[in-house]
Amino acid sequence: MPDATIQDTQGQDGAYNYAYLDEQTKRMIRRAILKAVAVPGYQVPFGGREMPLPYGWGTGGIQVTAAIIGREDTLKVIDQGADDTTNAVSIRRFFARVAQVATTTHTEEATIIQTRHRVPETPLTDGQILVFQVPIPEPLRMLEPRETETRTLHALSEYGVMQVSLYESIARHGRIAKTYNYPVMVNGRYIMSPSPIPKFDNPKLDRSPALQLYGAGREKRIYAVPPHTPVKSLDFDDHPFEVETWSESCALCGSTESFLDEMIVDDTGKRLFVCSDTDYCEGRR
Amino acid sequence: MSTTLLAPGFADSSHDAQRLFRSVLDAFSHPGRVVELRDAPAGPGTLSPAAAAFLLTFADRETPLWLEAGLDKQEVRDFLRFHAGTPIVQAREAATFAVIIAGGGEPFAGFAIGSDTYPDRAATLVIEVPSLEDGPVTIWRGPGIDGEVRVAIDGLGDGFWPAWTANHALFPCGVDLVFASGSRLIALPRSVAVEA
Repeated sequence: MPDATIQDTQGQDGAYNYAYLDEQTKRMIRRAILKAVAVPGYQVPFGGREMPLPYGWGTGGIQVTAAIIGREDTLKVIDQGADDTTNAVSIRRFFARVAQVATTTHTEEATIIQTRHRVPETPLTDGQILVFQVPIPEPLRMLEPRETETRTLHALSEYGVMQVSLYESIARHGRIAKTYNYPVMVNGRYIMSPSPIPKFDNPKLDRSPALQLYGAGREKRIYAVPPHTPVKSLDFDDHPFEVETWSESCALCGSTESFLDEMIVDDTGKRLFVCSDTDYCEGRR
Repeated sequence: MSTTLLAPGFADSSHDAQRLFRSVLDAFSHPGRVVELRDAPAGPGTLSPAAAAFLLTFADRETPLWLEAGLDKQEVRDFLRFHAGTPIVQAREAATFAVIIAGGGEPFAGFAIGSDTYPDRAATLVIEVPSLEDGPVTIWRGPGIDGEVRVAIDGLGDGFWPAWTANHALFPCGVDLVFASGSRLIALPRSVAVEA
Protein backbone atom coordinates (compact mmCIF):
# COMPACT_ATOMS: atom_id res chain seq x y z
CA MET A 1 0.00 0.00 0.00
CA PRO A 2 2.72 2.60 0.82
CA ASP A 3 4.39 1.61 -2.45
CA ALA A 4 1.27 2.53 -4.38
CA THR A 5 1.19 5.99 -2.78
CA ILE A 6 4.81 6.66 -3.57
CA GLN A 7 4.39 5.44 -7.13
CA ASP A 8 1.36 7.66 -7.50
CA THR A 9 3.11 10.88 -6.56
CA GLN A 10 5.90 10.32 -9.03
CA GLY A 11 6.00 11.14 -12.70
CA GLN A 12 5.23 8.54 -15.30
CA ASP A 13 8.85 7.46 -15.51
CA GLY A 14 9.24 7.43 -11.74
CA ALA A 15 12.24 9.73 -11.74
CA TYR A 16 10.55 12.98 -10.78
CA ASN A 17 8.22 14.24 -8.11
CA TYR A 18 4.64 14.87 -9.22
CA ALA A 19 4.57 17.86 -11.64
CA TYR A 20 8.39 17.92 -11.80
CA LEU A 21 9.04 20.40 -8.95
CA ASP A 22 9.76 19.17 -5.42
CA GLU A 23 7.15 19.86 -2.71
CA GLN A 24 9.23 22.52 -0.96
CA THR A 25 9.55 24.51 -4.19
CA LYS A 26 5.84 24.17 -4.93
CA ARG A 27 4.99 25.48 -1.45
CA MET A 28 7.27 28.48 -1.95
CA ILE A 29 5.66 29.25 -5.32
CA ARG A 30 2.18 28.76 -3.85
CA ARG A 31 2.93 31.27 -1.09
CA ALA A 32 4.15 33.74 -3.73
CA ILE A 33 0.93 33.20 -5.73
CA LEU A 34 -1.25 33.93 -2.68
CA LYS A 35 0.59 37.22 -2.07
CA ALA A 36 0.36 38.05 -5.78
CA VAL A 37 -3.43 37.58 -5.65
CA ALA A 38 -3.62 39.71 -2.46
CA VAL A 39 -1.74 42.60 -4.13
CA PRO A 40 -3.01 42.62 -7.74
CA GLY A 41 -0.40 43.74 -10.27
CA TYR A 42 2.53 43.73 -7.82
CA GLN A 43 5.47 41.55 -8.89
CA VAL A 44 6.30 39.06 -6.14
CA PRO A 45 9.91 37.78 -6.20
CA PHE A 46 10.21 33.99 -5.99
CA GLY A 47 13.01 31.45 -5.97
CA GLY A 48 12.91 30.45 -9.62
CA ARG A 49 14.32 27.00 -10.37
CA GLU A 50 16.24 25.57 -13.29
CA MET A 51 13.74 24.00 -15.65
CA PRO A 52 14.43 21.45 -18.37
CA LEU A 53 14.13 24.05 -21.11
CA PRO A 54 15.85 27.37 -21.81
CA TYR A 55 14.80 30.79 -20.53
CA GLY A 56 12.48 32.37 -23.06
CA TRP A 57 10.60 29.13 -23.64
CA GLY A 58 8.17 29.60 -20.79
CA THR A 59 10.08 28.64 -17.66
CA GLY A 60 8.08 31.11 -15.53
CA GLY A 61 4.73 29.94 -16.81
CA ILE A 62 5.75 26.31 -16.41
CA GLN A 63 6.76 26.81 -12.77
CA VAL A 64 3.44 28.48 -12.01
CA THR A 65 1.53 25.71 -13.78
CA ALA A 66 3.58 23.02 -12.00
CA ALA A 67 2.75 24.58 -8.62
CA ILE A 68 -1.00 24.69 -9.25
CA ILE A 69 -1.72 21.66 -11.43
CA GLY A 70 -3.34 18.45 -10.14
CA ARG A 71 -4.70 15.19 -11.48
CA GLU A 72 -8.21 16.63 -11.81
CA ASP A 73 -7.10 19.41 -14.15
CA THR A 74 -7.43 19.64 -17.90
CA LEU A 75 -4.59 21.60 -19.45
CA LYS A 76 -4.52 23.65 -22.63
CA VAL A 77 -1.31 25.29 -23.86
CA ILE A 78 -1.16 27.89 -26.60
CA ASP A 79 1.68 29.70 -28.30
CA GLN A 80 0.61 32.83 -30.20
CA GLY A 81 -2.94 31.46 -30.11
CA ALA A 82 -2.06 28.10 -31.64
CA ASP A 83 -2.24 24.70 -29.94
CA ASP A 84 0.01 23.02 -32.52
CA THR A 85 3.21 25.08 -32.39
CA THR A 86 6.48 23.71 -30.98
CA ASN A 87 6.40 25.50 -27.63
CA ALA A 88 2.76 24.60 -26.98
CA VAL A 89 3.17 20.95 -27.98
CA SER A 90 6.30 20.43 -25.89
CA ILE A 91 4.85 22.06 -22.74
CA ARG A 92 1.60 20.10 -23.11
CA ARG A 93 3.55 16.85 -23.46
CA PHE A 94 5.74 17.80 -20.50
CA PHE A 95 2.74 18.08 -18.17
CA ALA A 96 0.97 15.06 -19.63
CA ARG A 97 4.10 13.13 -18.70
CA VAL A 98 5.11 14.56 -15.31
CA ALA A 99 1.62 15.37 -13.97
CA GLN A 100 -0.54 12.80 -15.76
CA VAL A 101 -3.15 15.41 -16.58
CA ALA A 102 -5.69 15.37 -19.35
CA THR A 103 -4.92 17.85 -22.10
CA THR A 104 -7.23 19.58 -24.52
CA THR A 105 -7.18 22.15 -27.27
CA HIS A 106 -10.70 23.37 -26.49
CA THR A 107 -10.73 26.55 -24.43
CA GLU A 108 -14.04 25.81 -22.71
CA GLU A 109 -12.87 22.34 -21.52
CA ALA A 110 -9.64 23.56 -19.92
CA THR A 111 -9.27 24.32 -16.21
CA ILE A 112 -5.74 25.70 -16.71
CA ILE A 113 -4.63 27.47 -19.89
CA GLN A 114 -0.95 28.27 -20.18
CA THR A 115 -0.34 30.87 -22.84
CA ARG A 116 2.46 32.55 -24.68
CA HIS A 117 1.40 35.91 -26.07
CA ARG A 118 -2.37 35.54 -26.60
CA VAL A 119 -5.64 35.42 -24.67
CA PRO A 120 -8.14 32.95 -26.19
CA GLU A 121 -10.99 34.46 -28.21
CA THR A 122 -13.55 32.27 -26.41
CA PRO A 123 -14.60 34.12 -23.21
CA LEU A 124 -13.17 32.53 -20.07
CA THR A 125 -15.31 31.48 -17.11
CA ASP A 126 -15.23 31.36 -13.30
CA GLY A 127 -12.87 28.62 -12.15
CA GLN A 128 -10.51 28.77 -15.12
CA ILE A 129 -6.90 29.89 -14.58
CA LEU A 130 -4.93 31.61 -17.31
CA VAL A 131 -1.14 31.28 -16.86
CA PHE A 132 0.95 33.77 -18.86
CA GLN A 133 4.57 33.25 -19.86
CA VAL A 134 6.31 36.57 -19.25
CA PRO A 135 9.73 37.51 -20.67
CA ILE A 136 10.14 40.95 -19.01
CA PRO A 137 7.75 41.47 -16.08
CA GLU A 138 8.76 45.07 -15.32
CA PRO A 139 6.70 47.48 -17.48
CA LEU A 140 9.09 50.34 -16.64
CA ARG A 141 12.28 48.43 -17.48
CA MET A 142 12.82 49.99 -20.92
CA LEU A 143 12.43 53.43 -19.34
CA GLU A 144 14.44 52.80 -16.16
CA PRO A 145 17.01 49.99 -16.15
CA ARG A 146 17.69 49.97 -12.38
CA GLU A 147 15.58 47.52 -10.36
CA THR A 148 16.00 49.64 -7.20
CA GLU A 149 14.52 52.63 -9.04
CA THR A 150 11.59 50.82 -10.67
CA ARG A 151 10.74 49.25 -7.31
CA THR A 152 10.67 52.73 -5.73
CA LEU A 153 8.53 54.08 -8.59
CA HIS A 154 5.98 51.29 -7.99
CA ALA A 155 6.09 51.91 -4.23
CA LEU A 156 5.30 55.58 -4.72
CA SER A 157 2.87 54.92 -7.60
CA GLU A 158 5.05 57.40 -9.52
CA TYR A 159 4.22 56.59 -13.12
CA GLY A 160 4.89 59.90 -14.87
CA VAL A 161 7.74 58.35 -16.87
CA MET A 162 5.30 55.91 -18.50
CA GLN A 163 2.84 58.66 -19.42
CA VAL A 164 5.73 60.67 -20.91
CA SER A 165 6.80 57.71 -23.04
CA LEU A 166 3.25 57.32 -24.37
CA TYR A 167 3.11 61.07 -25.03
CA GLU A 168 6.42 60.92 -26.93
CA SER A 169 4.95 58.15 -29.07
CA ILE A 170 2.02 60.43 -29.94
CA ALA A 171 4.38 63.35 -30.67
CA ARG A 172 6.44 61.15 -33.00
CA HIS A 173 3.77 59.00 -34.68
CA GLY A 174 0.53 60.88 -34.11
CA ARG A 175 -0.81 57.99 -32.02
CA ILE A 176 0.32 55.56 -29.31
CA ALA A 177 2.33 53.22 -31.55
CA LYS A 178 2.76 50.39 -29.03
CA THR A 179 0.89 47.35 -30.36
CA TYR A 180 1.86 44.58 -27.94
CA ASN A 181 2.89 44.42 -24.27
CA TYR A 182 0.70 47.51 -23.92
CA PRO A 183 0.90 48.71 -20.27
CA VAL A 184 -2.16 48.46 -18.05
CA MET A 185 -3.21 49.85 -14.67
CA VAL A 186 -4.48 47.14 -12.33
CA ASN A 187 -7.18 48.08 -9.82
CA GLY A 188 -6.06 51.71 -9.99
CA ARG A 189 -2.79 51.02 -8.19
CA TYR A 190 -0.04 49.17 -10.10
CA ILE A 191 1.09 49.55 -13.69
CA MET A 192 1.58 46.03 -15.01
CA SER A 193 3.00 44.40 -18.10
CA PRO A 194 0.30 42.15 -19.58
CA SER A 195 3.14 40.14 -21.24
CA PRO A 196 3.62 40.46 -25.01
CA ILE A 197 -0.02 39.87 -25.91
CA PRO A 198 -1.32 42.09 -28.73
CA LYS A 199 -3.15 45.14 -27.39
CA PHE A 200 -6.17 43.56 -29.10
CA ASP A 201 -6.33 41.21 -26.07
CA ASN A 202 -6.04 43.89 -23.37
CA PRO A 203 -9.82 44.42 -23.03
CA LYS A 204 -10.21 40.68 -22.27
CA LEU A 205 -8.11 41.12 -19.10
CA ASP A 206 -10.55 43.69 -17.68
CA ARG A 207 -12.93 42.22 -15.10
CA SER A 208 -12.40 38.70 -16.46
CA PRO A 209 -14.15 35.99 -14.41
CA ALA A 210 -10.99 33.85 -14.71
CA LEU A 211 -7.90 34.14 -12.50
CA GLN A 212 -4.82 35.46 -14.31
CA LEU A 213 -1.37 34.35 -13.11
CA TYR A 214 1.83 35.67 -14.68
CA GLY A 215 5.18 33.89 -14.35
CA ALA A 216 8.58 35.25 -15.38
CA GLY A 217 11.30 32.59 -15.12
CA ARG A 218 14.45 34.51 -15.92
CA GLU A 219 13.44 37.51 -13.81
CA LYS A 220 11.91 35.28 -11.10
CA ARG A 221 8.69 37.22 -10.62
CA ILE A 222 5.06 36.15 -10.19
CA TYR A 223 2.10 38.50 -10.40
CA ALA A 224 -1.64 38.10 -10.66
CA VAL A 225 -4.95 39.67 -11.53
CA PRO A 226 -7.86 38.21 -9.53
CA PRO A 227 -11.27 37.74 -11.20
CA HIS A 228 -13.50 40.80 -11.70
CA THR A 229 -10.56 43.19 -11.23
CA PRO A 230 -10.43 46.42 -13.26
CA VAL A 231 -7.56 46.39 -15.78
CA LYS A 232 -7.28 49.66 -17.70
CA SER A 233 -5.04 50.18 -20.72
CA LEU A 234 -3.17 53.47 -20.30
CA ASP A 235 -4.21 56.30 -22.59
CA PHE A 236 -5.05 60.00 -22.75
CA ASP A 237 -8.45 61.72 -22.86
CA ASP A 238 -7.73 62.99 -26.39
CA HIS A 239 -6.00 59.75 -27.49
CA PRO A 240 -8.19 56.98 -26.09
CA PHE A 241 -7.02 53.36 -26.16
CA GLU A 242 -8.04 51.51 -29.32
CA VAL A 243 -7.51 47.93 -30.51
CA GLU A 244 -6.39 46.77 -33.92
CA THR A 245 -8.99 46.24 -36.65
CA TRP A 246 -8.72 44.50 -39.99
CA SER A 247 -10.47 45.19 -43.27
CA GLU A 248 -10.05 41.47 -44.11
CA SER A 249 -11.80 38.51 -42.52
CA CYS A 250 -10.33 35.08 -41.66
CA ALA A 251 -9.75 33.09 -44.89
CA LEU A 252 -10.64 29.83 -43.14
CA CYS A 253 -13.63 30.63 -40.91
CA GLY A 254 -14.68 34.10 -42.06
CA SER A 255 -14.45 35.67 -38.61
CA THR A 256 -14.33 39.44 -38.58
CA GLU A 257 -13.95 39.66 -34.81
CA SER A 258 -10.81 37.67 -34.00
CA PHE A 259 -7.12 38.58 -34.04
CA LEU A 260 -5.77 37.79 -37.52
CA ASP A 261 -2.30 36.62 -38.55
CA GLU A 262 -1.01 37.65 -41.96
CA MET A 263 0.54 34.78 -43.94
CA ILE A 264 2.56 34.93 -47.16
CA VAL A 265 1.45 31.83 -49.07
CA ASP A 266 3.50 31.78 -52.31
CA ASP A 267 6.57 33.18 -54.05
CA THR A 268 4.64 36.02 -55.64
CA GLY A 269 3.74 37.48 -52.25
CA LYS A 270 0.10 36.41 -52.14
CA ARG A 271 -1.25 37.17 -48.68
CA LEU A 272 -3.81 35.42 -46.53
CA PHE A 273 -5.33 36.41 -43.19
CA VAL A 274 -6.25 33.66 -40.72
CA CYS A 275 -7.30 33.55 -37.06
CA SER A 276 -4.39 33.41 -34.62
CA ASP A 277 -6.56 31.36 -32.20
CA THR A 278 -6.63 27.91 -33.86
CA ASP A 279 -9.25 26.42 -31.52
CA TYR A 280 -11.65 29.33 -32.08
CA CYS A 281 -11.12 29.11 -35.85
CA GLU A 282 -11.65 25.33 -36.03
CA GLY A 283 -14.81 25.62 -33.95
CA ARG A 284 -16.32 27.99 -36.51
CA ARG A 285 -15.56 25.98 -39.64
CA MET B 1 7.00 10.02 28.62
CA SER B 2 3.92 11.39 26.96
CA THR B 3 1.42 8.85 25.76
CA THR B 4 -0.56 11.18 23.50
CA LEU B 5 -0.50 10.17 19.87
CA LEU B 6 0.52 12.56 17.14
CA ALA B 7 -2.45 13.58 14.99
CA PRO B 8 -2.07 12.39 11.40
CA GLY B 9 -1.14 14.82 8.64
CA PHE B 10 -1.81 14.37 4.93
CA ALA B 11 -2.48 10.84 3.73
CA ASP B 12 -1.03 11.72 0.35
CA SER B 13 1.21 14.75 0.81
CA SER B 14 1.70 15.83 -2.78
CA HIS B 15 -1.89 15.53 -4.01
CA ASP B 16 -3.61 16.56 -0.77
CA ALA B 17 -1.47 19.71 -0.63
CA GLN B 18 -2.25 20.46 -4.28
CA ARG B 19 -6.02 20.12 -3.83
CA LEU B 20 -6.00 22.17 -0.64
CA PHE B 21 -3.85 24.83 -2.28
CA ARG B 22 -6.35 25.14 -5.12
CA SER B 23 -9.20 25.49 -2.63
CA VAL B 24 -7.34 28.25 -0.77
CA LEU B 25 -6.42 29.91 -4.09
CA ASP B 26 -10.12 29.81 -4.99
CA ALA B 27 -10.90 31.48 -1.66
CA PHE B 28 -8.26 34.22 -2.14
CA SER B 29 -9.43 34.79 -5.73
CA HIS B 30 -13.04 35.12 -4.54
CA PRO B 31 -13.00 36.89 -1.16
CA GLY B 32 -16.15 36.10 0.80
CA ARG B 33 -16.69 32.73 -0.87
CA VAL B 34 -17.06 29.89 1.64
CA VAL B 35 -14.68 27.14 0.54
CA GLU B 36 -15.01 23.59 1.81
CA LEU B 37 -11.70 21.76 2.29
CA ARG B 38 -12.60 18.20 1.38
CA ASP B 39 -9.21 16.72 2.20
CA ALA B 40 -8.54 18.58 5.42
CA PRO B 41 -6.92 16.34 8.07
CA ALA B 42 -8.66 16.28 11.45
CA GLY B 43 -5.71 18.08 13.02
CA PRO B 44 -4.63 18.01 16.64
CA GLY B 45 -8.06 18.94 18.00
CA THR B 46 -7.28 22.38 19.36
CA LEU B 47 -6.85 23.68 15.81
CA SER B 48 -9.78 23.55 13.40
CA PRO B 49 -9.31 21.17 10.46
CA ALA B 50 -9.30 24.19 8.12
CA ALA B 51 -6.50 25.91 10.06
CA ALA B 52 -4.52 22.66 10.26
CA ALA B 53 -4.98 22.09 6.52
CA PHE B 54 -3.96 25.66 5.69
CA LEU B 55 -0.76 25.36 7.73
CA LEU B 56 0.21 21.94 6.34
CA THR B 57 -0.35 23.31 2.82
CA PHE B 58 1.72 26.50 3.16
CA ALA B 59 3.98 26.34 6.22
CA ASP B 60 7.42 24.77 6.32
CA ARG B 61 10.84 25.42 7.81
CA GLU B 62 11.04 28.78 6.00
CA THR B 63 7.87 30.21 7.54
CA PRO B 64 7.91 31.07 11.26
CA LEU B 65 4.54 30.59 12.93
CA TRP B 66 2.97 32.49 15.83
CA LEU B 67 0.31 30.78 17.92
CA GLU B 68 -2.16 32.47 20.24
CA ALA B 69 -1.69 31.38 23.86
CA GLY B 70 -4.95 29.37 23.85
CA LEU B 71 -3.70 27.33 20.88
CA ASP B 72 -0.08 26.99 21.93
CA LYS B 73 -0.47 23.44 23.27
CA GLN B 74 1.98 20.59 23.15
CA GLU B 75 -0.13 18.56 20.69
CA VAL B 76 -0.37 21.55 18.32
CA ARG B 77 3.37 22.19 18.49
CA ASP B 78 4.14 18.51 17.95
CA PHE B 79 1.72 18.31 15.03
CA LEU B 80 3.17 21.34 13.23
CA ARG B 81 6.80 20.55 13.98
CA PHE B 82 6.49 16.97 12.83
CA HIS B 83 4.37 17.42 9.71
CA ALA B 84 5.51 20.87 8.55
CA GLY B 85 8.84 21.49 10.31
CA THR B 86 7.60 24.97 11.17
CA PRO B 87 9.56 27.05 13.69
CA ILE B 88 7.15 28.42 16.32
CA VAL B 89 8.06 31.95 17.39
CA GLN B 90 7.04 34.21 20.27
CA ALA B 91 7.55 37.54 18.46
CA ARG B 92 4.60 38.53 16.28
CA GLU B 93 6.75 40.57 13.89
CA ALA B 94 8.84 37.50 13.02
CA ALA B 95 5.85 35.41 11.92
CA THR B 96 4.93 34.57 8.32
CA PHE B 97 1.78 32.82 9.52
CA ALA B 98 -0.23 33.09 12.72
CA VAL B 99 -3.27 31.40 14.20
CA ILE B 100 -5.54 33.61 16.29
CA ILE B 101 -8.75 32.94 18.19
CA ALA B 102 -11.49 35.40 17.22
CA GLY B 103 -12.70 37.91 19.79
CA GLY B 104 -9.43 39.24 21.15
CA GLY B 105 -8.45 42.91 21.05
CA GLU B 106 -6.00 44.39 18.51
CA PRO B 107 -5.99 41.27 16.34
CA PHE B 108 -3.44 42.53 13.75
CA ALA B 109 -1.14 44.59 15.98
CA GLY B 110 2.54 43.76 15.69
CA PHE B 111 2.38 41.45 12.65
CA ALA B 112 4.48 42.15 9.55
CA ILE B 113 2.64 44.30 7.01
CA GLY B 114 5.40 44.35 4.38
CA SER B 115 6.95 47.54 3.07
CA ASP B 116 6.05 49.90 0.23
CA THR B 117 8.80 48.33 -1.87
CA TYR B 118 8.13 44.72 -0.75
CA PRO B 119 4.44 44.49 0.25
CA ASP B 120 4.60 40.70 -0.18
CA ARG B 121 6.63 40.41 3.04
CA ALA B 122 3.47 40.55 5.12
CA ALA B 123 1.95 37.98 7.45
CA THR B 124 -1.07 35.82 6.69
CA LEU B 125 -3.28 35.36 9.76
CA VAL B 126 -5.63 32.44 10.26
CA ILE B 127 -8.50 33.44 12.54
CA GLU B 128 -10.50 30.70 14.23
CA VAL B 129 -14.17 31.71 14.27
CA PRO B 130 -17.27 29.88 15.58
CA SER B 131 -19.22 30.33 12.34
CA LEU B 132 -18.75 31.71 8.83
CA GLU B 133 -22.43 32.40 8.25
CA ASP B 134 -24.27 33.22 11.48
CA GLY B 135 -22.69 36.56 12.40
CA PRO B 136 -23.60 40.18 11.64
CA VAL B 137 -23.74 40.92 7.91
CA THR B 138 -20.86 42.86 6.35
CA ILE B 139 -20.48 44.00 2.74
CA TRP B 140 -17.20 43.30 0.95
CA ARG B 141 -15.94 45.03 -2.20
CA GLY B 142 -12.68 44.72 -4.11
CA PRO B 143 -10.59 42.57 -6.46
CA GLY B 144 -12.06 39.10 -6.92
CA ILE B 145 -15.58 40.28 -6.09
CA ASP B 146 -18.16 40.92 -8.81
CA GLY B 147 -19.73 44.07 -7.39
CA GLU B 148 -20.21 43.23 -3.73
CA VAL B 149 -20.67 40.18 -1.53
CA ARG B 150 -22.41 39.79 1.85
CA VAL B 151 -20.46 37.92 4.50
CA ALA B 152 -21.62 37.11 8.03
CA ILE B 153 -18.65 35.85 10.05
CA ASP B 154 -19.47 35.32 13.73
CA GLY B 155 -17.43 35.79 16.90
CA LEU B 156 -15.29 38.78 15.86
CA GLY B 157 -14.84 41.42 18.54
CA ASP B 158 -16.24 44.97 18.44
CA GLY B 159 -13.00 46.54 17.30
CA PHE B 160 -12.39 44.01 14.55
CA TRP B 161 -13.85 45.73 11.48
CA PRO B 162 -12.46 49.19 12.34
CA ALA B 163 -9.06 47.48 12.70
CA TRP B 164 -9.59 45.88 9.27
CA THR B 165 -10.45 49.25 7.73
CA ALA B 166 -7.15 50.60 9.09
CA ASN B 167 -5.32 47.56 7.66
CA HIS B 168 -7.01 47.97 4.25
CA ALA B 169 -5.97 51.65 4.23
CA LEU B 170 -2.31 50.54 4.33
CA PHE B 171 -2.65 48.92 0.89
CA PRO B 172 -0.44 47.72 -0.79
CA CYS B 173 0.92 46.88 2.67
CA GLY B 174 -1.15 45.05 5.28
CA VAL B 175 -1.91 41.57 6.55
CA ASP B 176 -4.11 39.03 4.75
CA LEU B 177 -6.69 36.97 6.62
CA VAL B 178 -8.18 33.51 6.49
CA PHE B 179 -11.28 32.85 8.62
CA ALA B 180 -11.44 29.18 9.59
CA SER B 181 -14.38 27.27 11.01
CA GLY B 182 -14.55 23.47 11.00
CA SER B 183 -13.27 22.33 7.62
CA ARG B 184 -14.33 25.50 5.81
CA LEU B 185 -12.69 28.85 5.28
CA ILE B 186 -13.15 32.34 3.84
CA ALA B 187 -10.20 34.48 2.69
CA LEU B 188 -9.92 38.24 3.11
CA PRO B 189 -6.94 39.73 1.26
CA ARG B 190 -5.82 43.25 2.21
CA SER B 191 -7.16 44.60 -1.11
CA VAL B 192 -10.79 44.16 -0.01
CA ALA B 193 -12.79 46.94 1.67
CA VAL B 194 -15.36 45.86 4.27
CA GLU B 195 -18.45 47.83 5.21
CA ALA B 196 -19.58 46.68 8.65
